[in-house]
Amino acid sequence: MKRHQYRADALIEVLHKAQELYGHLTEDRLLAIAHSLHLPPSRVYGVATFYHFFSLTPQGEHSCTVCLGTACYVKGAMELLATLETESGLRAGSTSADGKLSLLTARCLGACGIAPAVIVDGNVAGHADPEVMRARVRALLDED
Amino acid sequence: MGLSDYIIMRELNFPDINRFERYCQVGGWEAYRTAVKEQTPATIVQMVKEAGLRGRGGAGFPTGIKWSFLPKDVFPRYLLCNCDESEPGTFNNHQIIDRNPHQLIEGVALSAYAIECHTAYIYMRGEFAAAALTLEQAIDEAYRAGLLGKNILGTGYDLDIYVHRGAGAYICGEETALMESLEGKIGQPRLKPPFPAVAGLYGKPTIINNVETLANVPRIVEKGVAWYRSHGTEKSPGTKCFSLSGHVNRPGNYELPFGVPLRELIESPEYGGGMKGSRPIKIIIPGGASAPWLTAKHLDVPLDYEGVAAAGSMLGSGAVIVLNDTVKAPHVAYKMDEFFKHESCGKCTPCREGTHWLVKVLHRLAEEGHAEPDDIPTLHGIYRQMAGNCFCLLGESAVMPIKSALELFPEEFEAIIKASNERHQRNGAHAIPLRVS
Repeated sequence: MKRHQYRADALIEVLHKAQELYGHLTEDRLLAIAHSLHLPPSRVYGVATFYHFFSLTPQGEHSCTVCLGTACYVKGAMELLATLETESGLRAGSTSADGKLSLLTARCLGACGIAPAVIVDGNVAGHADPEVMRARVRALLDED
Repeated sequence: MGLSDYIIMRELNFPDINRFERYCQVGGWEAYRTAVKEQTPATIVQMVKEAGLRGRGGAGFPTGIKWSFLPKDVFPRYLLCNCDESEPGTFNNHQIIDRNPHQLIEGVALSAYAIECHTAYIYMRGEFAAAALTLEQAIDEAYRAGLLGKNILGTGYDLDIYVHRGAGAYICGEETALMESLEGKIGQPRLKPPFPAVAGLYGKPTIINNVETLANVPRIVEKGVAWYRSHGTEKSPGTKCFSLSGHVNRPGNYELPFGVPLRELIESPEYGGGMKGSRPIKIIIPGGASAPWLTAKHLDVPLDYEGVAAAGSMLGSGAVIVLNDTVKAPHVAYKMDEFFKHESCGKCTPCREGTHWLVKVLHRLAEEGHAEPDDIPTLHGIYRQMAGNCFCLLGESAVMPIKSALELFPEEFEAIIKASNERHQRNGAHAIPLRVS
């Protein structure tokens, strides 16, 4: 926050940083941010919930995001997601009980040329094959 | 017809073009050096105007004219580069930045010089974290070379470029929502007028251009208007980077001059390479999810703003999605409207409620197969209440998939309704009928 000189218009950058440091945003942290940027808590909460990037719940150690954009959809993203849901026993958008894996979906990753696309821990995997992805998800879940 | 000289995707085969020195070796930053030292800002605006450069973000508005809307002698003013590329099917901005970041930065710097502003922001989509880093490194290199910062090349001109990361919201690609987001607020669009050129970021005059638009500027300044106009058509000069995706053999970004027929992009072995498994084309979406659909009979439509508009669609961001006969129109419309529902910012009622209801009806109809006899009039009714009544273009765009699907493939909706009806009748066959017909 110091880097942004406590400017109110740096709110999004500050939230980015906070999420990077702590993994997710809690109400306490949002209150603290509101206090130091001299913003009403409603504004901070509003911004944090408006943008899909920010999360108010803890995320898993690993993440697997399946793109459901138009190009990925026609290339079988739904079957891919169903495979991964069955394999991990998670519903899309949830995190496993042991905090190992979050299975997420995205509306469009902007990687339509390599559809269907999946992001595993920040790395984009193009032309994702359900069987290969199933093995990767299994490996993430079984990891100690 | 291959391009001998690319404009937007220039020198991509030149190794390490993303390094500053390498970009300079192929004449990079030269246009900017000359411009700042020898040319007046007005000359550059005039060149861009004469070159007929049109905004590549979707609307195709002439860039030079947009620049001249700035009120005189009102400072500070801002230049924003819109890289919130989130339209389903669009993926060329990302590639420009990843492969050749200096070209964009030079474009931003030149344009900032032309409109006499001293602060430029590049608004990156939150998901492009890696690309944002690439861009920041490239900007640092330019600072070190004295091309950005204070008193550039001893001319007394100052310019700072900042990269701002968004946080995952499609609506922030709308120019006024982008400014709101840049100010650290919820990205909801503002009422226009006042237009951004008059009162934009922090209430100051602001110009917003797309990445691809700005990437054109260095070449226009370097090689001149006549050279630029030798590409493309009279009304849409230059080239366009088309993002081809869907059921084609070779999806990817292809730069073509405006006016090339759709057929060439899809079928030429140089570009799309034809349809996968040689299946017939069913739907062509020529400009991202917001564009009305075309079909196989439109293959000879020339890809320029006028040609696609004459065929009843829009070129938009140049994201061509081609779908074959295995997809069902109601399902595609459902998936696309689900996107718009998810991304609706919630500011105006027609969009917030309209997208919601469209998705509800389409989900029941397309996903679950439970259709009501009057679903088609219901869907028509919902989108008609949205069209023309939304605050910004997001809601208007959400109308397009369902409207196109209903217009082009009504029989598919009818078939679902018929099958559903028959099932319902069978279900009730063993019970006392409620309605005697």
